[in-house]
Amino acid sequence: MKKRKQRIDRGIKVRSEDIFALCSWREMLYLSAPRLLPIIAFIVLPLVLGDYWQRVLLSVAVFALLAISWDILAQSGMVSLGQALFFGMGAYCSGVLNHYFAISPFVTIPIAAILGGAVCTVLLLPVLRLRGVYFAMVTLIIPLMLERVIEATKIFGGTEGISGLTALPSKWLELYILLAALLAALFGFRRLMTSDYGLVLKGIKDNDRSVMNAGINIYWFKIQALFIASAVGAFAGAMMTHVYRFVGMPVFALDYSILPIAAAMVGGAGSFAGATLGAFILVPLSEILRAMGGLRIVFYGVFLVIFVVGLPEGIFHFVSRKYHQFEQWVEVEK
Amino acid sequence: MSGNPLLEVQELSKAFGGVQAVNRISFALRKGELLGIIGPNGSGKTTTVNLVTGFVKASGGKVFFKGRDITNWTPYKIVRLGVARTFQMVKPFYQLPAFKNMIIPLYSPRVKALAGGKYGDRNAVALDLLEEVGFERDAQVAYKVASVLPQGYLKRLELAKAIALQPELIILDELFSGLSLAEVASIVPIIEKLLLEGKTIIMIEHRLKELFRIASRVIVLNYGRKIAEGPAKEVMESDEVKKAYLGSEE
Repeated sequence: MKKRKQRIDRGIKVRSEDIFALCSWREMLYLSAPRLLPIIAFIVLPLVLGDYWQRVLLSVAVFALLAISWDILAQSGMVSLGQALFFGMGAYCSGVLNHYFAISPFVTIPIAAILGGAVCTVLLLPVLRLRGVYFAMVTLIIPLMLERVIEATKIFGGTEGISGLTALPSKWLELYILLAALLAALFGFRRLMTSDYGLVLKGIKDNDRSVMNAGINIYWFKIQALFIASAVGAFAGAMMTHVYRFVGMPVFALDYSILPIAAAMVGGAGSFAGATLGAFILVPLSEILRAMGGLRIVFYGVFLVIFVVGLPEGIFHFVSRKYHQFEQWVEVEK
Repeated sequence: MSGNPLLEVQELSKAFGGVQAVNRISFALRKGELLGIIGPNGSGKTTTVNLVTGFVKASGGKVFFKGRDITNWTPYKIVRLGVARTFQMVKPFYQLPAFKNMIIPLYSPRVKALAGGKYGDRNAVALDLLEEVGFERDAQVAYKVASVLPQGYLKRLELAKAIALQPELIILDELFSGLSLAEVASIVPIIEKLLLEGKTIIMIEHRLKELFRIASRVIVLNYGRKIAEGPAKEVMESDEVKKAYLGSEE
């Protein structure tokens, strides 16, 4: 007798799909718990963590934003290897505005998010027609190129960078602004991608000819997705500039490109919650492994491989499946 | 002949490397006509359609739609002018319900412009359109995910996506291929209805019997050249067409 695994939606999932969910606390909790959990965690975590781990949390939020930014592009059919471009552009925009024009961080950060996003979009305009690996290669190269340009031309402090920038008034403000932004990105972009607009973006990834055939200019939609994604990355960069009170060539480092992708992969590509979850696992893990010294990257790599091989769908998709469905073995007749 | 042709193709050519896929093809189409394009595999039928709709750039010749030269326009601009097409290979969003597959064409700027700047309730429009092409509302077929739908429904979905754009010219690329006789028989009335509504249609087809019932005129392609044009019966009598289809054993 052969057996196969069958997945069935949990009763509570079916019951809470409709307005009837409002009939019982249990159903309402079932619906709201996954949404409330990150909100509560983001409010409480900064309060209970020590100084050191608060810094780690900042870094987690930054990488989560970059991972979300990567995922927006990935869902729209653009595989990027250059989140560092967005991060670095935002960082330099706010650094330059603050240093040369003495503008307050509260102004430089939003300007840097929009300006940085716009500049990145313009930089990538010529390669928007490229797909897959070709687009990825270009995004990988541009931040590395900009690094060399800064080194060679010695603009904006050259290799020294710009230091002594204005900090935000308090570390709490830094933390909560970043976490609030992360929450807004997490829920806002999720809503965006499930709207009809998001469907068109996903359609471009799936079958761009079919979208073109609907009289839709796919390049205009790609430009919009690119701007949204790069503005998110630039915002993260601008925040970190004022946290470190420094901006220099390291903002274009490969870390900012690779780690967000790893986070999205481990957490579950195709969902912003997955990308965030991935960052919440990988960044602290990297801190814990610091004690290993030189072998750190080896353990880190092994962990990544185990995850990608063992749970290729990503943690978030796995957990959400368990949450919504149960599995049972059924006999197959024959 | 009433006025200017809706679509006019002049000496259209396309070479892929050394292969002359389409070789100086010309034809014209009046409003309300159904033109069949037939020919053996590899004779340049789909390439001709790709040239007309802008998916492939022509190496020579001109395409006029409503008197405007649309040669080598980008596909989305041609669609906005009123030319919709289906693809031979249907590739829906398999994980989405059928009616959600209609959202992308209903998001088209052409739909918005025709509705006077407003999109309206896309889901409701999608369900109406799907019912028109035979998604039985009572059986809730339109709510099923595309991956479980049989080929016949996927082809209807493809047709509905073209109709959603409210085009003046609809180009159907092998709509009947892969369908059973019964499925074809149920789609034919939909096409006849479109003709009654005044739509102009081009059909690329291998199912000649069904095509000849509705086509007012056919053109026959072979090796990228037009070898015959006229009413279905006359065309099939032509020696050259017989040779192209049956080989030259006589």
